[in-house]
Amino acid sequence: MGVPRFWREIPSRYNLIGVKCGNCNKILFPPRFICPHCRRTGKLEPYKLKPKGKVLSYTVIHVAAQGFERMVPYILGIIELEDGPRIMAQITDCDEKEINIGDEVEIIFRKMGEEGKEGVIYYGFKARKIPKS
Amino acid sequence: MIKVGIVGYGVYIPRYRIKVEEIARVWGADPNQIMSGLRIREKSVPGPDEDTATIAVEAARNAVKYANVNPRDIGAIYVGSESHPYAVKPTATIVAEAIEATPSLTAADLEFACKAGTAGLQACIGLVGSNIIKYGMAIGADTAQGAPGDPLEYSAAAGGAAFIVGASEANQTIADFETTCSYTTDTPDFWRREGKPYPKHGGRFTGRPAYFKHVLSAAHALLRKLRLTPEDFTYAVFHQPNGKFPIQAAKELGFTKEQIEPGLLAPRIGNTYSGSSMLGLAAVLDVAKPGDRIMVVSYGSGAGSDAFSIVVNEMIEQRRKNSQAPPVEFYINWKKYIDYATYAKYRNLLVVG
Repeated sequence: MGVPRFWREIPSRYNLIGVKCGNCNKILFPPRFICPHCRRTGKLEPYKLKPKGKVLSYTVIHVAAQGFERMVPYILGIIELEDGPRIMAQITDCDEKEINIGDEVEIIFRKMGEEGKEGVIYYGFKARKIPKS
Repeated sequence: MIKVGIVGYGVYIPRYRIKVEEIARVWGADPNQIMSGLRIREKSVPGPDEDTATIAVEAARNAVKYANVNPRDIGAIYVGSESHPYAVKPTATIVAEAIEATPSLTAADLEFACKAGTAGLQACIGLVGSNIIKYGMAIGADTAQGAPGDPLEYSAAAGGAAFIVGASEANQTIADFETTCSYTTDTPDFWRREGKPYPKHGGRFTGRPAYFKHVLSAAHALLRKLRLTPEDFTYAVFHQPNGKFPIQAAKELGFTKEQIEPGLLAPRIGNTYSGSSMLGLAAVLDVAKPGDRIMVVSYGSGAGSDAFSIVVNEMIEQRRKNSQAPPVEFYINWKKYIDYATYAKYRNLLVVG
């Protein structure tokens, strides 16, 4: 990923800024330019999604993508956000034994990767099981 | 200068812990000797996807939740750390963006070993007190590293705290600053050269001429300035490079065990560097009552101490009740133990490929 692309996506990566259609009221994430339901009658406005959701499904990665070797085995989940959209996110700060489908998670700010030792560091969202206090 | 106080605060401590006896096992040391020497039982360890920026963001978001202010009213963000992820490129801009405080604010990273966070707090007091900004946020956060096998490895931990400073008007603060003063000299007790992964330190030299001289001098200066004695304070928090130094400093100043106990976190999470005295203050504010007076003295190697006197006001109970931000005790108890091999992997101590 290039620096300009990462920079353009900072609002959605850091703060879950998506869009809401003023015509059909659907919330879309990641943000889109055209509402897929209303097409040209859609009116998309920026919308900040609530950083809460639940685990719809998950898988455990044992053969890591480049840059994720230190995290193996790690959990990738499909999270259904309270606002509706489903996102794919790493479920962090726990191991496989601690996570179940249906668990409530919060969306948090974590390091996603880096362009080698000299390049930029990418930050973005991951999911974490809501700890019981 | 207008009176200023704390509008809200937030903390974050990573979930992973390693026990002192596990580190001692690897290096063939006697764990009981180390635990009684340092008075630390375990330390917090950041996960592989955590760094000073992510810790600062979690603490900052908790502070905004507690203060319930519009982040766009924050006019300054200072992040104090000795482990900023970049050598050049501020952590403070990452935090500002992640709490949606951009773009009308000033932001900068500060560095002064373990006291960079309280240096930021002083800058915020100045800016708010002179009516230049409405709110200022000061963060102390670190993912400290000691070289493998070095005595520092037993204590160097991770965590952070964020404080939002605002004017003591309209019942918006929960505690108010009486004054702050500092004590600073050129004392090379601990340092890290550019490009080197681990710090060096002067061993026993870090004690009497460094930590104790600065902490005690700043505390005495504060007491003289306010014409107060240790009995006038409900609580005291001193920087915690280990569990032993703050107890000794308190004793020499005439504070009791009861006054320092609630803010003494090092035995359970280690030394969180820039987070240390600020997390201690947060732990005290978690339990403090209106009218309580708190002394906070940070210490940064190199060397200096910042001292603060803070008086808790009647707003704290209601705001604490309404706050969605987890208290310090929550994060201390939300833990998962790892062994030394996992610690080495998470902290990138292994050479791979």
